[in-house]
Amino acid sequence: MKKLVVVGNGMAGVGCVEQILRHAPAFDITILGEETHVNYNRILLSSVLAGEKPADEITLNPLEWYRRNDIGLRLGVKITDVDAERKTVTADDGSVIEYDTLLLATGSSAFKPPIPGLDKDGVFAFRTLDDTRALLERAAPGVRAVVIGGGLLGLEAARGLQVQGCQVTVVHLMSTLMERQLDPDAGNYLAGKMEDLGVRVLLRRSTTAIVGDERAEGVAFEDGTILETDLVVVAAGIRPNIELARKAGVKVNRGIVVNDWMETSDPDVFAVGECVEHRGICYGLVAPLLEQAKVLAATMTGNRGPVYTGTIQAAKLKIMGVDVFSAGDWSEQHADPVRFEDRALGVYKKLTIRDGKLAGVILVGDTSDSHRYMNWLRTGEDLAAHRRHLLFPPPGADAGLDIAQMPETATICGCVGVTKGTIIAAIHEKGVNTLSQLKECTRASTGCGSCTSLCQDLLRAVAPEFEEDGRKVLCGCVPFAQENLREILRSQRLKSVQEVLDIYGNGRGCEICKPALSYMLDMLWCGDHDEDRSARFINDRVHANIQKDGTFSVVPRIRGGVTTPAELRRIADVAEKYDVPMVKITGSQRIDLLGVRKEDLPKVWADLGMPSGQAYTKGVRMVKTCVGTEFCRFGTQDSTSAGIEMERRFENLFTPHKVKMATVGCPRNCAEATVKDIGLVGQEGGWQVVVGGAAGKSVRKADLLLTVETTEQALEAAEIFFQYYRENGNYLERTYDFVERLGIDKVRKETVYAPEPVRLALLDRLQKSKASSYDAWQEGRSPVNRTQFIPLIPIGPVQDVVA
Amino acid sequence: MSQIEKTWVRVATCDAVPPREGRAAIIGSREIAIFNLGDRFVAMDNRCPHQSGPLCDGIVAGDAVVCPLHAWKVNLETGEVARPANHNECVRVYATRVDAGVISIEA
Repeated sequence: MKKLVVVGNGMAGVGCVEQILRHAPAFDITILGEETHVNYNRILLSSVLAGEKPADEITLNPLEWYRRNDIGLRLGVKITDVDAERKTVTADDGSVIEYDTLLLATGSSAFKPPIPGLDKDGVFAFRTLDDTRALLERAAPGVRAVVIGGGLLGLEAARGLQVQGCQVTVVHLMSTLMERQLDPDAGNYLAGKMEDLGVRVLLRRSTTAIVGDERAEGVAFEDGTILETDLVVVAAGIRPNIELARKAGVKVNRGIVVNDWMETSDPDVFAVGECVEHRGICYGLVAPLLEQAKVLAATMTGNRGPVYTGTIQAAKLKIMGVDVFSAGDWSEQHADPVRFEDRALGVYKKLTIRDGKLAGVILVGDTSDSHRYMNWLRTGEDLAAHRRHLLFPPPGADAGLDIAQMPETATICGCVGVTKGTIIAAIHEKGVNTLSQLKECTRASTGCGSCTSLCQDLLRAVAPEFEEDGRKVLCGCVPFAQENLREILRSQRLKSVQEVLDIYGNGRGCEICKPALSYMLDMLWCGDHDEDRSARFINDRVHANIQKDGTFSVVPRIRGGVTTPAELRRIADVAEKYDVPMVKITGSQRIDLLGVRKEDLPKVWADLGMPSGQAYTKGVRMVKTCVGTEFCRFGTQDSTSAGIEMERRFENLFTPHKVKMATVGCPRNCAEATVKDIGLVGQEGGWQVVVGGAAGKSVRKADLLLTVETTEQALEAAEIFFQYYRENGNYLERTYDFVERLGIDKVRKETVYAPEPVRLALLDRLQKSKASSYDAWQEGRSPVNRTQFIPLIPIGPVQDVVA
Repeated sequence: MSQIEKTWVRVATCDAVPPREGRAAIIGSREIAIFNLGDRFVAMDNRCPHQSGPLCDGIVAGDAVVCPLHAWKVNLETGEVARPANHNECVRVYATRVDAGVISIEA
């Protein structure tokens, strides 16, 4: 068999090898990769940077794949030379590898603009997994970052860094962001959206140097100003890697020149991917690369026939909440533009029509119709019949595109090039039932992932035994996942537990679902619901913690653990008056009166004259504090005042599970804030807000949510997280499970780094809940039910026989 | 039944036990839990066979009550332990009736 050497272990090279393997065996294959990783999905690097995906989840071909297909693999070797005469390549370690056929899949490199200082520490590219890891290591809350380049990659890098907590500025040479994909109007919309997310955008700025000694400390502009920064990402475009091709004597231009059969000027040297120039175009997106790979595989394996005629360029920005799509030729020269915009909604759409056919499209703010437009572009469909409904589907029809109406030839996955027909065939012939099986079988949805919901819809419609990825239902009585239930309750405006059980469940309920539903209703409707005490655990009916002998414990609220002699005296008097069997200092800086009889509870509360400490409920417990600056000689922050204020703001509220908090005045952490659900850790000049700590069944150090300067900022960050947990935590899910389930990056992104309107809305709903909350011990004076605390005593004499 | 003589005891007016809740009634030396199941009242000893937890404080789940201490589940009609499985202990149940808005227990 002929020896095939592939230089480049990226998506194009390996994609082409995958296609070659579909033909009859023709080659002994060796792949040489400069990066040390197996082939991964480069498109998803921005998701890794944004913390949406762990690095190991973007692997496309695990080592096992190379082994299974008998592919020789060498990683971490750079090929430095090609000898086309002797048919060898030379690696940087001196080794010489022979080939019969050479495939250059060398990709492209980040373009380095000719400005001094790019070699300083703290200057990064954003092309590889190693780049991404290096960035993740440096990115942290408060770090200043400048991204040079406002293209697709630069913007995704900027958002990723911002999610990591950096203060990010995008610097762009041109007057329009993504100017190769967007017209100036769309660019304006996009810039506004980036600013809304908290990313600063500077346009028309020419960078002249990276300044600083060893490290990058600032970016200098043409106008003489300097923008201070801690790190710089250069994302000023890419250049095809053609050096090896040049050395091999293959014809190159901007890229390695190939014809429609994907042949170069040398019959034994082929090329594919970003390093290639076809009909004058170098592609930098994944869909064209895979189309090229298919054609090339046919040519290389002796099945020359299929031709590559170019790809309609389409780009999609992968930033959550910033939907941008652009495809084809959207210039208005010799074309009719069709436009829609809604400034308030932030939606901009433009189509260009040439000769009655779609020539190009730009979508900002709403990309739901992108598949429809891509299909029109691909098929060149005559739009006469659609002319009145170009921007929106005709009324009455399904929004966007109904999966059933799509032709079999319609492309579902634009990246890999998988049609509806291929997916249906896989479902029928290969027994595909789940999305992961579909990915494995057809590779659909393994590119940018934007077709995932279409694939799901198709599976749901066609697969006989479609399975959603495992969802956990609340309990058998109401068999829905908690997030679905929350949505059902909200959208259907359900306001009582029994109503939910009657309509969506078995009508009975149990000790698991009833308290959970009670919580959801209280959280959703902020007190404006039908409170049903029968659905509450006994602790929440009598506002005390039931003990093993049926008596109760009473823990009054002592905010921040700070009390007074008078309060202590009252507690002592109560303990004596009601013969309280045990008085105990708790681990939470509170006092517990144990062994109180149910009928005594209202009187005990009244005599104490203190509010409930909620030590019995899934709600706000306490804020533990250290002495702080007031007395401690090490204190850097006033942790007692902060803790008391924190407790005051959060008290009387219910949560999915108990919430314990602490504030400490310095990193010595005397009140153990780093193992609390929410902790404020004082440090010189500010606070760290930490969340998701645990010191119970397991021990978990809390994750850093945010670092801020003032106590007010710290409390606000805590409030935002607190409400987010209230709304998204599953009942009986502690914050440490919640934060682990979501990942701190997602939590950050959706709380303290969320757009301002989102943060304000969370705070607003928290205030609404707070306004309707009250001290439960007030019910001692006016119980919800008159017999709540007292046993029933027979009305008539025991012998009174009713005939 | 070893009980020598049973009598009907007028315990409370119906509104003393809210729907799907229980209350303890002290009848002589006994503590009896009365539950309001919406269409009828049921009564049983107020002691979970497990560790004597107050059943009247449990959450009503259909025709069963779940003990607040360790979530044993007791059938309200029969007094049998429904959870955990394979427990033969039985809570004593009492007949109930309602006359003119007053609940009586046959105890």
